[in-house]
This record gives sequence, structure tokens and C-alpha cells, in this order.
Amino acid sequence: MIRVLQWIGALSLALLAGCAQQPPKDDSLYRALGERAGIQKIVEGMLLHIAKDDRIYKYFAKVDIVRVRDKLVEKFCVEAGGPCTYTGDTLAEAHKGMNISRGDFNALVENLIDSMDDQHIPVPTQNRLIARLAPQRGDVIEK
Amino acid sequence: MGGAVGMNAPWVEADQGRLIATGGASSIEGAAGGGIIPWAVLANYDEKGEWGANLFGTHVNLPDYTLDVAGMAASYGNRVEVSYAHQRFDLGSLVHKLSLPEDNLTQDIFGVKVRLFGDLIYDQLPQVSLGVQYKHQNDFLIPRLVGAKRDADVEGYLTASRLFMGAVFGYNVVVNGGVRYSRANETGLLGFGGDRRDTRSVLKEGSVALLFNPRWAVGVEYREKPDNLSFAGESDWADAFVGWFPNKHVSVVLAYARLGEIATLDNQNGTYLSVQGSF
Repeated sequence: MIRVLQWIGALSLALLAGCAQQPPKDDSLYRALGERAGIQKIVEGMLLHIAKDDRIYKYFAKVDIVRVRDKLVEKFCVEAGGPCTYTGDTLAEAHKGMNISRGDFNALVENLIDSMDDQHIPVPTQNRLIARLAPQRGDVIEK
Repeated sequence: MGGAVGMNAPWVEADQGRLIATGGASSIEGAAGGGIIPWAVLANYDEKGEWGANLFGTHVNLPDYTLDVAGMAASYGNRVEVSYAHQRFDLGSLVHKLSLPEDNLTQDIFGVKVRLFGDLIYDQLPQVSLGVQYKHQNDFLIPRLVGAKRDADVEGYLTASRLFMGAVFGYNVVVNGGVRYSRANETGLLGFGGDRRDTRSVLKEGSVALLFNPRWAVGVEYREKPDNLSFAGESDWADAFVGWFPNKHVSVVLAYARLGEIATLDNQNGTYLSVQGSF
């Protein structure tokens, strides 16, 4: 009996430790970007800049742009710590066969920055979002 | 030279696949970097399969001297950079004080830099580049008189650069650090090797730049220098700069440079202005 109690105690401690390792979700970036409505404005602005960008417009010419917008809003929302679920394909899946170059990727980053500038998002906030997205470049380029 | 080509040839605009300011400015020796040291970044904005080229001019105004530099750098694929710089160092008041036979010293610098691995922004590893510079001092009479051993030399440098996103109050910071293996006196303007020391030294150099946004940077640089000549001390160099990158074709760097003692005259601290056009 004592051994069982000890075992339960150890298990509870382990569970508590497990919970403690999972920090409360930080949604400060989500809020700084203006929550869902702000993120939607940023994504729509980015797509409008892309529509005028000869370097990468070709990748968006034949897609369902409303779907792309919705999935990007979900993606950015999740990355910003917001209460969203990303329901799109994985990045690697979504860009398969497109052979997106490093330059194309940077062009999209530039359009994102332009859109965030349009929305008067402060540079440190912009940097936080880009810092979340930059490590995923490998899933996007040269696929 | 490059300017003449630019005016006469149909100058096809290169692709510029890299982010703004990632080509750095033109250092006084022609390589992409800050002002007084090269960084691991390659000149211009070319990505894989693309090319780029730039022309630059730099003027450094010191209490007793002036340094003027003109040069160019071409780059391919964010992998390799070749550069050329012509430096003219006007000796100013020293000419009369010492009754010197010449009123200026000039030097030509040919450089190659290769990105070995890593990336300034992406990937796990910082960008690391290896560079080699061949320098030729063109007016060796004065350097010889003060003890320099040769009018031409080769030196190498290994340097790393990395952008840390949001590192300081949310702003991006670029950190550069490198080592140079050189025996150049005052970067080579006073020749190479000397009566005190004729072997190359391992010299440290580095800089830190804070990016207020993608177009404005402020930072500091430091460059260790050898001390090969007994006739005068040679100071390590430092500067504090502001860089402006309004677009991918133009950059302007304004700096306050602390160059210390140069050829017996101390406190050579003054202004540095560099303008670059990238194609």
C-alpha cells in the first residue's frame, strides 16, 4: 500500500513537472498584430503587394486566392500565439514542385514588411513575426 | 574604369534576390563590409544564380591627412565576390614638416572573398567567409625611407557575420567578427613589413550594428593593426557609423573614425563618408 502511494506520489510529481514545462501560451505577438482582424489586414496587404510584384506574382496567378488568404491568416495567427488552428497543407506540401528560389522567398518577406509598414506595425513587432517565419524557409524553397 | 563600362555598355539590371542592406557597404579596401573592416556578407544583392556589381567612393577627412578611395565589387550567387579599390592618402601638413619628396601615397587592392558556409539571416550557422587581398603600394619611396620592407603583399582574413532578430529592444542586430593575417603598415599605404617586425600578425577585427529598420543602421567597428615600423606608432582603428540604405541601388555611410597615430601625427580622428551604387 505504501509502495502504491509512493508510486502515485511520484506519478503526480512527474505530471506536475510535465505541466510546469509547458508555459502558458504567450499571445502578446498575436495581440500586438491586432489579433485576427489585424492579421487579416496584414495578409491581404501582403497579397496586394505580391499582385504588383513581377518577381513572384506568377506563383499566385492561378491559385484560389481566398483560400490562400485564409490559410495564411491561420498560419500567421498560430505563429503569433493566437487562438487559431492551421488547417492547410504543410508548408513543404503546399510548395511542392514550385521550385521557389531564395530570391522569391525574400521577395515575399519584402511584401510582408511593406504590408506591415502600411499597417504601422512597429519594427520590433515585425521582427518577432519574421523571426517566427524565417526558420521555416527550408520547408518552402527549392521544393 | 567601372564607371566607363557602365556608361558605354547596355547595363542589364541584375536580379536582386537578397534583402535590403544584406550586401553591407563598401569597406575602404573594396570588400563588402562596414567602413574599416570587411564583413562575411558578400557585396550586392545576388542570390543563387544571380550576379551583382557596385561602384563606390569614400572620403575620410582627418586633422592632418585625407584618404580618398574609389573602387568596385562584383559578386555571383551570394557565393563569391571580387573587388578592386584604389586608395590615395594625402600627406597634408607632413609634407612641409618633413620636407617629403611626395605629397601623397597610393595603393591598389585586389580582393576575393568566398562565402564558405552559413547565412547572415537563415540557416543554423552564421555566415562565414574567407577573403584574400593582394595589395600594391605605388609610391614606395617614403615607405622605404621609414623602414618598410616591401611594396606589395598578400593578406588573408576569415570573418563571420550573423543577424540576431529582435536582439536589442526588439531591433535586429548584426554582429561581425574576424581575424586577419597581415603585415600591412597603415593597411598597406606605408608598405608591408618593417624594421621592427617583418612577419605577419594575427589581427582581430569586429563590429556590431543595430538596425532601426531595414534601411537604417547604426554601429561601431574595431580593427586591430600591427606595429611594424619604429619611426612611428600605429594605432588600432575604430569608428561609429550611421548607414542608410534607401533602396537596393544606393547606400550612404557616415562615420566618426578614430584612427589615432598615423606616421608620427597623433589624434587623427575625423569624418568618414562613403557612397555606393549597386547594379
